[in-house]
Amino acid sequence: MNTTPHTVVVTGIGATTPLGGDSTSTWEGLLAGRSGVSLIEDDWAAELPVRIAARAAVDPTERLPRPQARKLDRSAQFALVAASEAWEDAGFLGKAGEVTPDGKSGPAVDPERLGTVVASGIGGVTTLLDQYDVLREKGVRRVSPHTVPMLMPNGPSANVGLMVNARAGVHTPVSACASGCEAIGYAAEMIRSGRADVVLAGGTEAAIHPLPIAAFGNMMALSKNNADPEGASRPYDVDRNGFVLGEGAGVVVLESAEHAAARGARVYAEAVGQGVSADSHHITQPEPSGNGIAHALQNLLDDSDLKPAEVAHVNAHATSTPLGDIGELKSMRKVFGDDLDHMAVSATKSMTGHLLGGAGGIESVATVQALYHRTAPPSINIVRLDPEAEGDIVRDSARPLPEGRIAALNNSFGFGGHNLVLAFRTV
Amino acid sequence: MAATKEEIITGLAEIVNEIAGIPTEDVKEEKSFTDDLDVDSLSMVEVVVAAEERFNVKIPDDDVKNLQTVGDAAKYVLDHQG
Repeated sequence: MNTTPHTVVVTGIGATTPLGGDSTSTWEGLLAGRSGVSLIEDDWAAELPVRIAARAAVDPTERLPRPQARKLDRSAQFALVAASEAWEDAGFLGKAGEVTPDGKSGPAVDPERLGTVVASGIGGVTTLLDQYDVLREKGVRRVSPHTVPMLMPNGPSANVGLMVNARAGVHTPVSACASGCEAIGYAAEMIRSGRADVVLAGGTEAAIHPLPIAAFGNMMALSKNNADPEGASRPYDVDRNGFVLGEGAGVVVLESAEHAAARGARVYAEAVGQGVSADSHHITQPEPSGNGIAHALQNLLDDSDLKPAEVAHVNAHATSTPLGDIGELKSMRKVFGDDLDHMAVSATKSMTGHLLGGAGGIESVATVQALYHRTAPPSINIVRLDPEAEGDIVRDSARPLPEGRIAALNNSFGFGGHNLVLAFRTV
Repeated sequence: MAATKEEIITGLAEIVNEIAGIPTEDVKEEKSFTDDLDVDSLSMVEVVVAAEERFNVKIPDDDVKNLQTVGDAAKYVLDHQG
């Protein structure tokens, strides 16, 4: 068995987000500084204290055959849309090891060496709640026989696995809002350690429903700025008052550098490594010293060849909460020192809202795009920058990133004290 | 008023179309739900529940396994409709 760690690269990207139905339109929305947040028009929102959310720009049912869509939770629908785009973007076609019904076949990939790791923070919550409504209103017999596979949190990963014929492993790490990043980190390890050649990895979430909104709202986690939906998600602004719930998915195709080179694949970036830690402080509150996040960043530096000097961009977790946004920057200062000053920090949740387990997916896609296009997207809605927000925040408009070999980080932190940092680098 | 066999097959075709997306004209008496109409065991439960409502019959779980073809289901409904 070959025990030399394999280099991991990104060869495909896909997304469906509040800014667009694919990764290109999402990227254009990010560069334009467009908000995806709007007032929730549904009747159920009328009585809620929070009536804003970042709905997906394109409904996933428009992109999937209806008989398929009706057996999938919305989170799995998003995952399939994003994974299809990423899979085709990487040059693959149909199921691994099979020709398509119309007789075509893409580049060879061994199904036994193909995996998926797609995560969500909450799983099929709307299916669970909708079917409970069916149970109460229409009776036992009418509860859908598809309920269990729809609500199980591994449903999105399993459905993506079925779509491409993945047999090396189909996984779903769950760590609340860090789930998407944890999925991509896990996928990278599958390749680095030699378990797989190609892995579809990312995060998805579909939780815009009165119960999660009421619950997050009662935690005081959500912005109640119903009067100004587009201005509600405002990381680093002094008036930030909570996050805005978003929905959608982001998926990348990770591949061993050898496998990508052998088939002449386009490489967006190298997936350099990951840093992981746990706060073990409080079930929801961030650890106030920032040591937990700093520990994850330090682990990233210790376990990879990444140098702080080459990090030119950070897609921050920055959800627009009073404590979290500043704590993240302070943690980065602890580990990076003066190097933080040359890192263009972007808070893309100012535009997409917070996709919970989907965040690490769409933000990893955005981080890879930022490196590939050498452009850092802006953080919008910063009218008065919090004086404690140390670091070079990219405000108002997109900014070019330097030439030469540069790296970028994607941070994700989750309730439960999960700290995940992914590093990507130009090739 | 009880439905005729033709009416039942037409109804089943609409149900299968709704659940599995198969064109109604392809849902014929001799077709197997699983092999021909893309109705797996979970979706079959949906077909059964929809048929129960539409034709006012009760189809116990133990009888569902005997409904292999559209014709089997049509005959069951014909014999048991209320």
